[in-house]
Amino acid sequence: MSIDWPRIGYAALTLFIVINYGMIMTALVRKIGARVSGRYGIRIYQNYIDLVKNIALRSKITHGVMYYLGPVFRLTGGVGLLLFVPTIYGSAMWSNFSFAGDLVLALYFVFFGTLGMALGAAESGHPYSAIGITRGLSQVTVAELPLALAVFAISLQYQTLNITDIVAAQQGGIFNWTLFTNPVATLAALFAFVGTMMRSPFDVVIAPQEIPIGPPTEYHSSYLALMQTNRVLFPIAKTVIYMNLFFGGATNWFEFAIKVFAIYMISVLVGVVHPRFRVEQSITFFLKWGLPVGVLAILLV
Amino acid sequence: MKHMDPNFRKDTKTEFPQREELKPRKVTTPDGQVIDIEPLQDYFCQEPPKVHQKSYFKIVEDFYNWCRAESLWILAFGTGCGAIEMRPLMTPRFDAYRYGIQWRATPRQANLLMISGYLSVKTLKRAIRTYEQMQGPKYVVGLGSCTINGGMYWDSYNTIKKLEEYLPVDLYIAGCMPRPEALLAGFMELKKKIKAGNAEGANKYAEKFDWYKANQKAVIKDWDMPDYNW
Repeated sequence: MSIDWPRIGYAALTLFIVINYGMIMTALVRKIGARVSGRYGIRIYQNYIDLVKNIALRSKITHGVMYYLGPVFRLTGGVGLLLFVPTIYGSAMWSNFSFAGDLVLALYFVFFGTLGMALGAAESGHPYSAIGITRGLSQVTVAELPLALAVFAISLQYQTLNITDIVAAQQGGIFNWTLFTNPVATLAALFAFVGTMMRSPFDVVIAPQEIPIGPPTEYHSSYLALMQTNRVLFPIAKTVIYMNLFFGGATNWFEFAIKVFAIYMISVLVGVVHPRFRVEQSITFFLKWGLPVGVLAILLV
Repeated sequence: MKHMDPNFRKDTKTEFPQREELKPRKVTTPDGQVIDIEPLQDYFCQEPPKVHQKSYFKIVEDFYNWCRAESLWILAFGTGCGAIEMRPLMTPRFDAYRYGIQWRATPRQANLLMISGYLSVKTLKRAIRTYEQMQGPKYVVGLGSCTINGGMYWDSYNTIKKLEEYLPVDLYIAGCMPRPEALLAGFMELKKKIKAGNAEGANKYAEKFDWYKANQKAVIKDWDMPDYNW
């Protein structure tokens, strides 16, 4: 087996671009949120400083191997999600490691980080972590249901499990997007999108005003730096999947930046106008609204 | 004026019974094994704090210090009335976020402990535990005159007078209470101190550990925790 070095190089470059894009974009989103409430907001490069500060902490303590592996798994979930789907459609350079069944793998990677985090945070032995994990897992599991149903619907619609093929079928005009050819599946998936982006109203898991502050309670220094990296990478990677499946993909980095920002803003807009749900409320919400729409999407196909 | 009421620290004789949950005991596990539990040994780490060296290269340490100064994460822990003056800093009027100041809910992630106002002996115990759980380099800011010399609680039987005898204070912000503008000015001073590399409170605490512990134990009468708990 020969190793395709240029492809690995481009994959690393994709990762670099997306992490930096995520750093700037999440800061920008926080700044927009601050402007909405009449504040000036954080500096646009604040995420970088926080990252270096956390890495530069002089003392760190560990609670065992799993505690250490928690953030690693979490970051693996983000990186894997990003690298196994085509970032830019139609480009051999930026298709990364996408392959024939990548849609199934992507669904798995969405969940992978949460599970790793569950193991790691439980090892820290902090009761708040355990409660946060319980809440997080139950909420994510329910929120993923509409997404899974929507993915089944569109893979039936396009008769493929390959994301590249799905994007190819949506080319040639805005009305070829799944958003217009299958609006019910898109709606079902957007339920899951808003639910798993860790923004209000579904962010009770990591809310500082709740049990402070959920799963990451014990994490600090480099562990926290890894999780911060994932916090900027993972939403982008997830948004890339949604962009590919429902919004026609991107053919260049500029289109990528615009589309990811626009899709990300959906969850932000929902977040700024809705107060937080409790976990049982959000579970009821997804079972009541998200799940029927997902089933409807399957039936309509 | 006397510096300190002599009767305030003298009562080290009274024996306080140990809390029930901290007593050594035998526990039967679900498989029928009988194991010995000694909470003070098992639940806490007994290792004293260490002095941590700076980076070998000065330019790296300067860069790190700049980052530490520009990313102050305050522990959301209010000890006295001064905590009310912290809240306006998050609001549009003062907006401390633009200076890189943020609030964290857990001591593991915070690196600035604000002692906001008077500190009763009972709260001092919690403040010490919180401070020791924070990861270095960490900074302490005393807010208001109560932390400097007791302030209006000077002859109280149950509040400490000089905070720096119990925790390594980097900066005091005087006033009763200092307004949010004074707090912001204080944060800017703290930033200057960190950038100059002078805010080494965590190392000072490790170096003079015995002195700090002796002071702490002299006022905290029911000391039912290990000497160093994180």
